[in-house]
Amino acid sequence: MQIPLALQFVNLLAALLLLIVFAMLSQRRILSLINLFAWQGLVLSVSTFVVAYSTAQHHLYYSAALTLLLKVLLLPWLLHRLIRKLNVRWDVETLINIPTTMLVGIALVIFSFNLAAPISQLAEGITRGLIGIALASVMLSLLMMLTRRKAISQVVAFLSLENGLFFAATSATQGMPLVVELGIALDVLVATFIFGIFFFQIRETFDSLDITHMEKLKDD
Amino acid sequence: MMNNSEHILAVAFQLTQLLVVVLAAPLLTGWVNQCQAWLQNRSGAGLLQPYRVLHKLFHKDAVIAHNASWLFRITPYIVFGCMWLAAAIIPIIAVDLPFSQAADVIALVGVFALARVFIALAAMDIGTSFGTLGARREMLVSFLAEPALLMVLFTASMISHSTQLPRIVEALAHHQFVLYPSLAFAALAFVIVLLAENARIPVDNPATHLELTMIHEAMILEYSARHLALIEWASSLKLFAYISIGIALFLPHGIAEVGNWAGLPLAIALLLLKLTVAGAALAVLETLMAKMRIFRAPEFLGTAFLLAVLGLLIHFLLGA
Repeated sequence: MQIPLALQFVNLLAALLLLIVFAMLSQRRILSLINLFAWQGLVLSVSTFVVAYSTAQHHLYYSAALTLLLKVLLLPWLLHRLIRKLNVRWDVETLINIPTTMLVGIALVIFSFNLAAPISQLAEGITRGLIGIALASVMLSLLMMLTRRKAISQVVAFLSLENGLFFAATSATQGMPLVVELGIALDVLVATFIFGIFFFQIRETFDSLDITHMEKLKDD
Repeated sequence: MMNNSEHILAVAFQLTQLLVVVLAAPLLTGWVNQCQAWLQNRSGAGLLQPYRVLHKLFHKDAVIAHNASWLFRITPYIVFGCMWLAAAIIPIIAVDLPFSQAADVIALVGVFALARVFIALAAMDIGTSFGTLGARREMLVSFLAEPALLMVLFTASMISHSTQLPRIVEALAHHQFVLYPSLAFAALAFVIVLLAENARIPVDNPATHLELTMIHEAMILEYSARHLALIEWASSLKLFAYISIGIALFLPHGIAEVGNWAGLPLAIALLLLKLTVAGAALAVLETLMAKMRIFRAPEFLGTAFLLAVLGLLIHFLLGA
């Protein structure tokens, strides 16, 4: 079956998205994590643009522009500012054994590909595989939230999870209504602001952003 | 069935490639070194330096340790032969070479493995501690790199439904242009394997003089003169072979068919261009990266394996 070039390109971008999530999963430095998040946003924006172009849905152009503005420029800038203020710029995170995390990641990818297979049967013919990839990147972001210790990386994982959901929405179901997208974008932005305030609170109380400190409930 | 004149033509193509690879391989190494020198603000030794080194080494008297066995003596010839064969069966100028029928991609990996086994045995044969150390490290790196390489080759095989290199190249080069996400993953994995297998920078440093950090160099410390020349030449051929595999799998466009003399000049020009760009890219990559600790190498190669497996999975899912 010969599929149109635009959709081949979307497939390639989907694969890139998965690759970036894996890169984030293996990343030790917080600064590089944020840069990877910006790249992920860029890939997402381009793929939304291509879908908009190939299906001639004009509201997706706005959505692509919004993604570019919010997830490539604004949110990474906010996060950069945050880590500069918190002075955790060169923090290297101690992760539990990266190769093991990677193997779990591969298992998750296989799991979500299998899980998505019956759903994909219901979707329209060409973009079927993309649901599996979107689901896999959501799963991997969840894994990242579980394995990280620092609050900032968990927030980046949360944002990347949202990216995965957004990708599923645009590529497989041709996008949500613009109102919903605007609402989600605003939510993400507000969430980042609130997280920023949380970071300062966490650090003030515990002198560190390591959330394992929060497991101690003793008042000493 | 081929008729007689076509057969002779195919053999002529094969002989041309045999000669071209063996003569051009040191030039590629020289080009990579020269690019590196430029990037590091040195003037460099020139493109022909590898030939000068080979010439010098061939004119020296070989010194061999007293306790060296026959294994130590024949290893350079075996390694050189393996690499020459490997470089000769990869279709780079024309597809459907007579030798390519002899080995598919799995056998090709086997040929590399054969050379590796002999060079590791020869390194341990003398009984020096550095040789043994190098052999062990080489085995550590290669046992992680080999499955990743196989996965990369399998991804290409799945797309073209064949493990024969000429079939793969034909399927990828002569069909309509298609974007393959799975091949993008495979290409990334392949670059990592190429760096590791050819003793390039993040895993090993080919220009090092510090024995404790050596991998490949530690194994060949005891070799001199013509033996060393053959091993150096084999290393060049190996780099050439790996870059050729990369070109054959990921950028096969413009390759000539057998008997198509008209397409040959274009194919050769394109090949030269691709090799030049690939060599320069390798130099840039090596300059940008720092040598990693030996115990980080498993993680690095694990990434290659992961990428290759992801490529396979994506091929299953997207069918592309």
